[in-house]
Amino acid sequence: MAYKPELLTTAASMEELERLMEAGADAFVIGESRYGARLAGQFTLEMIADAVKLAKPRGVKIYAAINNLIDNAVIESLPAYVSGLAAASVDAIVFGDPAVLMAARANAPGMPLHWNAEMTSTNYATAEYWGRRGATRFVLARELNMEQIVDIKANTKLEIEVQVHGMTNIYHSKRSLVNSYMEHQEEPEKLADSGLERGLYVMEAERPDERFPIYEDEGGTHIMSSGDICILDTLQELLEIGVESLKIEGLMKPIEYNETVVRAYRKVIDAYTADPEGYEFQEEWLDEIRAVQDPKRELNYGFFFKEQVY
Amino acid sequence: MTATTKATPHYQGKRHRLDKPELLAPAGNLEKLKFAVHYGADAVYIGGQKYGLRSNADNFSFEEMKEGVEFANRYGAKVFVATNIYAHNEDIDGLEDYLKGLQEAGISAIIAADPIIIETAQRVAPKLEVHLSTQQSTLNWQAVQFWKEEGLPRVVLGRETSFAEIEEIKKHVDIEIEAFIHGAMCSSYSGRCVLSNHFTDRDSNRGGCCQSCRWKYDLFVDDAPLYGEGEDQFTMGSKDLCMIEYLPELIEVGVDSFKIEGRMKSIHYVATVVNAYRQAIDAYFADPEHFELKQEWVEEINKAANRPLNTGFFLDTPGAEDHIYEPEEKAAPYDFAGIVVAYDEQSGYATIQQRNHFKPGQEVEFVGPGGRFFKQTITELFDAEGQPLDAARHPLQHIRIRTNEPVKPMDMMRKKIGKK
Repeated sequence: MAYKPELLTTAASMEELERLMEAGADAFVIGESRYGARLAGQFTLEMIADAVKLAKPRGVKIYAAINNLIDNAVIESLPAYVSGLAAASVDAIVFGDPAVLMAARANAPGMPLHWNAEMTSTNYATAEYWGRRGATRFVLARELNMEQIVDIKANTKLEIEVQVHGMTNIYHSKRSLVNSYMEHQEEPEKLADSGLERGLYVMEAERPDERFPIYEDEGGTHIMSSGDICILDTLQELLEIGVESLKIEGLMKPIEYNETVVRAYRKVIDAYTADPEGYEFQEEWLDEIRAVQDPKRELNYGFFFKEQVY
Repeated sequence: MTATTKATPHYQGKRHRLDKPELLAPAGNLEKLKFAVHYGADAVYIGGQKYGLRSNADNFSFEEMKEGVEFANRYGAKVFVATNIYAHNEDIDGLEDYLKGLQEAGISAIIAADPIIIETAQRVAPKLEVHLSTQQSTLNWQAVQFWKEEGLPRVVLGRETSFAEIEEIKKHVDIEIEAFIHGAMCSSYSGRCVLSNHFTDRDSNRGGCCQSCRWKYDLFVDDAPLYGEGEDQFTMGSKDLCMIEYLPELIEVGVDSFKIEGRMKSIHYVATVVNAYRQAIDAYFADPEHFELKQEWVEEINKAANRPLNTGFFLDTPGAEDHIYEPEEKAAPYDFAGIVVAYDEQSGYATIQQRNHFKPGQEVEFVGPGGRFFKQTITELFDAEGQPLDAARHPLQHIRIRTNEPVKPMDMMRKKIGKK
């Protein structure tokens, strides 16, 4: 069977979902912040059901995010939420807490489950472990390099998902750190909004070129990477090994930007799969992304070609 | 000065742990292990040469582990090993042998986060208990239930759980719960921070953390810094946890193991903190009805503290007063100065191994297990040959001084900072 990798992205609204579908996305991960972490926008259960209705006829998949670190208060409502997602016919549930796995086993048997613990999904043996417990897909940590990705792909039967574009989360605290700081400065009113849309960032004296977005929501404080991953020009390295899902993170980006990015990756994937042997990257595909990229955020290769020490 | 007491710790009898929570202390090396156990820890956790999250700590060889286990066993104490990294593919090779080695060395339990380490231990080293690390950030009873069904006898909860949440978890699941009660805290969910990876290419989840959360940052709003030079900067750095004032609550909510953080901390820190909690726990169990917090326990802890203290998430989510925006000052006005290695009852002279400069005229405190404590001024110093000295200058040098009260081997001597 011909290899057809999935181009997965996020959506902040129903409008964005439709436009990115149009631009060539094959799948979306959406949800609401009571259950999902760092979502581009809020989709209630009802909206998720609508998204499925919109997507299914076009062969597009909808995955529901329950990737929060779950506390006792949410446990009670999990069974109903999971059943609701199953009734809405979502194509998979994304999870990072074993509590969700247990709720899915009991309330949505047969539902594909994507293990996504972000920075802690780092080796193939752990992928296999969650696979034996019901996970169908392993979402790789962003802090892995190409060699490690190749090795994981070769050693697990699970589908793997790799983020190929956009920002990544680098720090998550349950604390409201921005609000605490403003309180410490005794001017809480000076910064009334510390949410996703506010555009706050932190900078460290020795790294004046790097702006790390920071925001607060009901899950606490999130700090994001200062650059955006973009491996469009080396995407074939992931395509050659048959990575099942390539993710574009659309968090904190305008729809127009995400449209451009989705189109560019669509083009590369289609060109490659049409003729793997004859495939050659065209620099102008990347130029389209460069044209819309915020000049204060560097496009980089993330950890794909890095060696880390410890 | 002829007859001296040998520097061997006295057997203190096995402690009853069935009804008491375990006091679990960090031990960065063999010497710290001995002090932690001698001062009253029921169990210690250490790091081996691999798979631990403190790649900068001394860390134990298998030989040292065996010696540590043997020492701990004399007190009825246990030794756990932190194997709490999130492994990468290349770390998997050698894991089986390492875990078998731990079992062979007499280690009681490993503290693990990565399922591959958990599963491998269960398969190849079944005598090792597997405790789920706080790196898994477990916050709810359903997840605790999951790990119980996976065969784990104990879960170390995420530091974000409150008293109410611990109570809820204990109500739903019959499993040992371990909770951090003292020491430094990640301000992030443990394991959910890769600041070090991004700033310095060091992998925080494999022991490379460079504590970037404690750095200072400028917070930008609309492309301009919110506060200018001279103002307190933004930081994620947290005060340290200290739950000495809430021991009855911790006991009554059913926490099975009270964990102290700090494999990188000094002997003095570990022994002092363990000493205070040991006394408090014992006092509670001797007479729960009339238990009262003794101010001296709090004072002792403050003498070892590195940072201002707070109660973490136990009562409420930390706020403005729980972070360190001002420049960090050393909180403790005391420094570790020496260890008693011998005491001669006839002459009243103690032999002290030097751990920091001290000299006649200085005010010092002697501290021993169980709350033994006195202050005195140092009068005169002699070296091992009986030659008088004007100061104790050399690390590990044996110094003789007259003490106002009897002391025992492994008692600690500390000096006030700033006093000449």
